[in-house]
Amino acid sequence: MELFQGKRRNILPGFGLSMGYTVFYLSAIVIVPLSMIFFNTIPMGWEPFLHTVTAPRVLASYRLSFSTALFAAIFDAIVGLLTAWVLVRYRFAGRQFLDALVDLPFALPTAVAGICFATLYSPVGWLGETFAKWNIEIINSPTGIVVALIFIGFPFVVRTIQPVLEEVEQEIEEAAQCLGATRWQTFRKILLPHLFPALLTGSTLAFARGIGEYGSVIFIAGNLPMKTEIAPLMIMSKLDQFDYAGASAVALVLLLISFSMLLLLNAVQEWQQKEYR
Amino acid sequence: MNLEWIKKITITASLIAASGLPGAVAEATTVKLLNVSYDPTRELYQSENAAFAQYWQKKTGQTVQIDQSHGGSGKQARAVIDGLDADVVTLALAYDIDAISDSKLLPANWQTRLANNSTPYTSTIVFVVRKGNPKKITGWDDIVKPGVSVITPNPKTSGGARWNYLAAWGYKQKQTGSKEQAKNFIKALYKNVPVLDTGARGSTLTFAQRGLGDVLLAWENEAHLILKEFGTDKFEIVSPAVSILAEPPVAVVDKNVAKHGTGKLAEAYLNFLYTPQAQDIIAQNSYRPRNPAALKKYAANFPKIKLFTLNEVFGNWRSAQKTHFNDGGVFDQIYLP
Amino acid sequence: MLKQPTPESAPIIKKRISDPLPVQMALIGLTLLFFITFIFLPLGLVFAQAFSKGWEYYLESIREPYALEAVKLTLTTVAIVVPLNALFGVTAAWAITKFNFRGKAALKTLLDLPFAVSPVIAGLIFVLLVGSRTPFGSWLGEQGIKIIFSTPGIVIATLFVTFPFVARELIPLMEAQGRDEEEAALTLGARGWQIFGKITLPNIRWGLLYGMILCSARSIGEFGAVSVVSGHIRGQTNTIPLHVEILYSEYNFAASFSVASILVFLALLTVGVKVTLEKQFQKNSFHH
Repeated sequence: MELFQGKRRNILPGFGLSMGYTVFYLSAIVIVPLSMIFFNTIPMGWEPFLHTVTAPRVLASYRLSFSTALFAAIFDAIVGLLTAWVLVRYRFAGRQFLDALVDLPFALPTAVAGICFATLYSPVGWLGETFAKWNIEIINSPTGIVVALIFIGFPFVVRTIQPVLEEVEQEIEEAAQCLGATRWQTFRKILLPHLFPALLTGSTLAFARGIGEYGSVIFIAGNLPMKTEIAPLMIMSKLDQFDYAGASAVALVLLLISFSMLLLLNAVQEWQQKEYR
Repeated sequence: MNLEWIKKITITASLIAASGLPGAVAEATTVKLLNVSYDPTRELYQSENAAFAQYWQKKTGQTVQIDQSHGGSGKQARAVIDGLDADVVTLALAYDIDAISDSKLLPANWQTRLANNSTPYTSTIVFVVRKGNPKKITGWDDIVKPGVSVITPNPKTSGGARWNYLAAWGYKQKQTGSKEQAKNFIKALYKNVPVLDTGARGSTLTFAQRGLGDVLLAWENEAHLILKEFGTDKFEIVSPAVSILAEPPVAVVDKNVAKHGTGKLAEAYLNFLYTPQAQDIIAQNSYRPRNPAALKKYAANFPKIKLFTLNEVFGNWRSAQKTHFNDGGVFDQIYLP
Repeated sequence: MLKQPTPESAPIIKKRISDPLPVQMALIGLTLLFFITFIFLPLGLVFAQAFSKGWEYYLESIREPYALEAVKLTLTTVAIVVPLNALFGVTAAWAITKFNFRGKAALKTLLDLPFAVSPVIAGLIFVLLVGSRTPFGSWLGEQGIKIIFSTPGIVIATLFVTFPFVARELIPLMEAQGRDEEEAALTLGARGWQIFGKITLPNIRWGLLYGMILCSARSIGEFGAVSVVSGHIRGQTNTIPLHVEILYSEYNFAASFSVASILVFLALLTVGVKVTLEKQFQKNSFHH
């Protein structure tokens, strides 16, 4: 525990117990299992590893996964902020019902979601028919992947912004208004900076989740090599060749990227909190 | 502050837990068998299992309960390798059972242990087209024409898709005698494929439910099932003049049956599949039976197609897999720019 | 977190500044538009398909023995996963927010990690860890302990996938609340568990409850990771989402969506529980 000794004196009891349990549980459920990815990649050796993770198809799949997840996360950030705002600030009939439905993407199995979207947006589906008239292809194109990922990531953004928005003290807004700021100025200059960390957290989580999503995407993506093949599918198809090492290698790269993204996010937040104080 | 709410949560949680406890263990007189199979065989084994249970009860007095697990053939093989307790495996292609034998769960010569290369039923690859056959598709050469959209799953993740691919390749190679031409043919074919679902059933849904594509490459038995499920007024089957003899093999998983003490039962189960009664059920489910009598009885369902075997063209499954479907194989090459 | 207006604060709420009505209408309209295309339509499709063969067929499909087994398995999983992850969430949040130590950011990142791990990988790692190909897995097998392709495997994979929910919900909340109240209690002579039970727990109850609801919603719906470790044995290792998929690939669309609708009801039920508990609490706290 020497390592964890802090600057400010910790006077509350229970550090050893709570930290011990946290580290134990974290190791048992997350770290030890995840390390298997690493241990299964090692026997490959460096050259074959590089060869596997930089194969053109694999690279194309990374590109696709990252770009679609990014678009979806940006869309989710906008819609999530809007939804949180409407749910917290306004009172209207059916508000609680909408609030309840925000979590639906968590509860609906991703496969069901994928099937639903593929059916809705297919050329003979309820929405696809309309889009087909305008010659817009949704399913079997990157657009379809984005649609599925928007759905998957949506609750992350809403649920991180909502509590922060609830806690915002209205007095600040009132003061700003008294000082002659317009509503839009108040929002942009006062509220948005305050909400920004939560917004960033929410959309990063949506982004990270989007990179790894499999169940819903394979139904709507089309899965064409070099075009609409997502990174998790590359893992799956390697596994189907009984190539555990190759699958682990691709997984390891995805894992490292996601981890560094989250680490960066937490560092930025830590830094912001210090600024704020 | 009271902690009423904690109590409530605890009570609710324990109620849920109590209601959710796993059901009672099956009675002692029941023997259990787990058949791990691939996707399209659900309906077949539902009927076969019922028939076998009756047969076994009559023969030994034991009640037998056969559990089924279905999924993509490769995934199922992987699950067995990783510890899924299958007594018997009935998969889409021999390569998947070879992989299981590589992990020493059954001997390498497994395919010689039962008649007909351990395949009690066969099938082949046919075309399903929309009613009236608007694109006038009659054979393999029609589906590579520009403007024809072909639906077939991803050979990397689907066993059925590999048979589709090998059927097309074999057709061309046998016709021209040239591997180069076969490769070009495959290239042209996959140019016409707008979506590669991960499994055969996914492709069927893309074609039948989402209205994509002009022709679906499918197992013969799946083609009949599609007509049954989605309507003969919507689709029709086109049988090409030449196609591949698809042999989905079955095998007892020796290590697992030794552990469960189900060796006799598992063997009897697989042997049962060769009996006239089981062969009749096989034919009813639109698989081609090995038994000539059953084949004759349902001849109307099985038009004469010139069938070539995989070994004739590709040697064996291991080499076919290596040349065509492994990373860097022919299938990967045709997609590289 | 989700503070309900108490009687005292109600007048303030009424007076609160708000956007002009047209702006309100426009923003609500936009939100509705999103909900319609992304939530209501898929939901509508689920129910339209579920009832496409009529009420009776619907009831029959959800009362079918395999469906009931799937529901049982899913509820068992939830009943194990949610308390474990809640306990962990509270402990981790206590350690992280009540003390200063080096490596906090890294620890927090590790807590978040399961969110960012592809469900495919989440299933794969447990296969790599305790699958029978591995020495550890084959040793377990010799002891007759089955983990993957049976209920424990499904529980563990679900634990992994829903791991961060409670901690994620509690950490920002407890960070905002600080530790002054607890430290004050300590100087007044309260002992550790008393402080936790009388001060911390009441303060975080909504966050905790909320995290548990998200955690249960996600455990009910998890598909990808569970699909890898389940083995898909009908009536034994199929959770509701897996059963939905099986029915769907049997071309049994009506039954498949009927079972899927159970998931929607379960999701709505958890939210219902939350709303009821909130109301209950409001009544109680009012009497104090």
